[in-house]
Amino acid sequence: MLTIATGNKAVADAVKAAKPGVIAAYPITPQTEIVEQIAEYVTAGDLESRYVPVESEHSAMAACIGASVAGVRTFTATSSHGLLYMHEMVHWAAGARLPIVMANVNRALGPGWNTWAEHTDAFSQRDTGWLQVFVGTVQEAYDATLMAFKIAEDERVLLPMMVNLDGFALSHITQSLDTVEIGDFLPPYHLPHAIDTENPCGYGPMTGPADYFRFRWDIERSMRDARGVIAEVEREFAERFGRSYGPTEDYRCEDADVIVVAMGTLGKEAEVAIDRLRDEGIKAGSMRLRWFRPFPDLDLAGRDVVVIDRDYSFGFGGVVAHAIRSKTGIEPYSVIAGLGGQEVTYNDIADFVRNRRPGTETWFGVSDHV
Amino acid sequence: MYEIRIHSRGGQGGVTAAKLLALAAFRDGKHATACPFYGAERRGAPVVSFVRIDDEPIKVYSQIHEPDLVIVLDTSIMDVVDVLDGLRADGEVLLNSAHPLPGCNGTCRYVDLTGIALAENLVIAGSPILNTPVLGALAKMGVVTLPSAEQAIREMFTDERNVKAARAAYEELKV
Repeated sequence: MLTIATGNKAVADAVKAAKPGVIAAYPITPQTEIVEQIAEYVTAGDLESRYVPVESEHSAMAACIGASVAGVRTFTATSSHGLLYMHEMVHWAAGARLPIVMANVNRALGPGWNTWAEHTDAFSQRDTGWLQVFVGTVQEAYDATLMAFKIAEDERVLLPMMVNLDGFALSHITQSLDTVEIGDFLPPYHLPHAIDTENPCGYGPMTGPADYFRFRWDIERSMRDARGVIAEVEREFAERFGRSYGPTEDYRCEDADVIVVAMGTLGKEAEVAIDRLRDEGIKAGSMRLRWFRPFPDLDLAGRDVVVIDRDYSFGFGGVVAHAIRSKTGIEPYSVIAGLGGQEVTYNDIADFVRNRRPGTETWFGVSDHV
Repeated sequence: MYEIRIHSRGGQGGVTAAKLLALAAFRDGKHATACPFYGAERRGAPVVSFVRIDDEPIKVYSQIHEPDLVIVLDTSIMDVVDVLDGLRADGEVLLNSAHPLPGCNGTCRYVDLTGIALAENLVIAGSPILNTPVLGALAKMGVVTLPSAEQAIREMFTDERNVKAARAAYEELKV
């Protein structure tokens, strides 16, 4: 059905369609609308699910872990400090191989107190073993959330997955949304190592030095297999529902001399900058990076690359710029922009391209930086 | 692309007005986005919302710096906010007011939305509802069609007085 919705409402509608058995969440700006809407669906009987209003995000993830291992599809949503508060359990969910789906509404970290968009919260969970996708439109927030359950629950993957959407910029914007009849797109939840409640027993989870690394390697093997599963699921989604996605969304890249790499809403806004630059005769393209974990292979050879990082790793640099450098060997022009919701327009992005100095880093709006 | 900036105070319905307008434009077959700019969320503080309408899909997420149309739901804001900032030379202004704005640099229109809401007894928590009547005024200005404005209101509200208020604003606004 074609209507309009916010990014948060789109996530809630996708969750309603996916029918998780348990949803445990704690509200936090700018995620609140997701859990409010889901709670309304559950209360109205539109979604048959157990909604657990927990007392903290740590408990939210713990409740999802318990429900997931008991054989039930689970969902939670959080943002920023909430995500960091559940950090220990975020690791646990991946280590226990539980395909929990979580929406993370990307928001900066305090202090100073700031509820606006930034990607540092998600990147701080980089090494937990979660799959991470970043979306750029309300429609994509819906589609990616639906696909997340199918990807995470695939027996070749069995890892939790995080769907990231920019706080306010996407969570609160209203755009068109086409909701779908999912039919049998999502198979029934099946966890091969679910606990058997009919035959309860206990066992010690201690894993010593002789075995622990094998479990770690198994996570990485699944993460590598996930690339193929993601491609399969995205292909099936396109066949069924007519909207196709990939590891990146490439815009006018074919003959480009310079490519802008950005994530989330800045990656969509970059397309407008590309049109302006093309009108000036500058052969520019944009590559919106959708997948962060597993990190995709990118074809950037022979081009100048401008990376916009809405994040920062202090003492090192932009997280995405670092990933591009390490994956491709290309020294990008690294622009740090949009932190804490800093206003970045398509004109600014066009300026990044015009004024690019590959191999250097610039903080947008910080005039004394060299 | 047609860009609209709505000035209001927190709690006056500016954010909902933006959503209604986007929905009406969407029902006209256009692409539309509505985007509130949130500061520290508190009732009574000046709030800005943005609406973009275009024939093509809209990829812009940043704020509107050069609006084609500025809507002011609460003229007391004009003491603290320069509502005309960046208004295009051929831009328009729509005020919730019984009087015109002196010194307006664009085409300035005004309609007493508060009076219309009070006449229909459209009041929530002591505040007149402005977001449905303003849609009627925007239909008169040709931003959206009146049938789509009415449809958008009915999709979001069940109280038919909202539609009556929109029609009243449509009738009252001079263009």
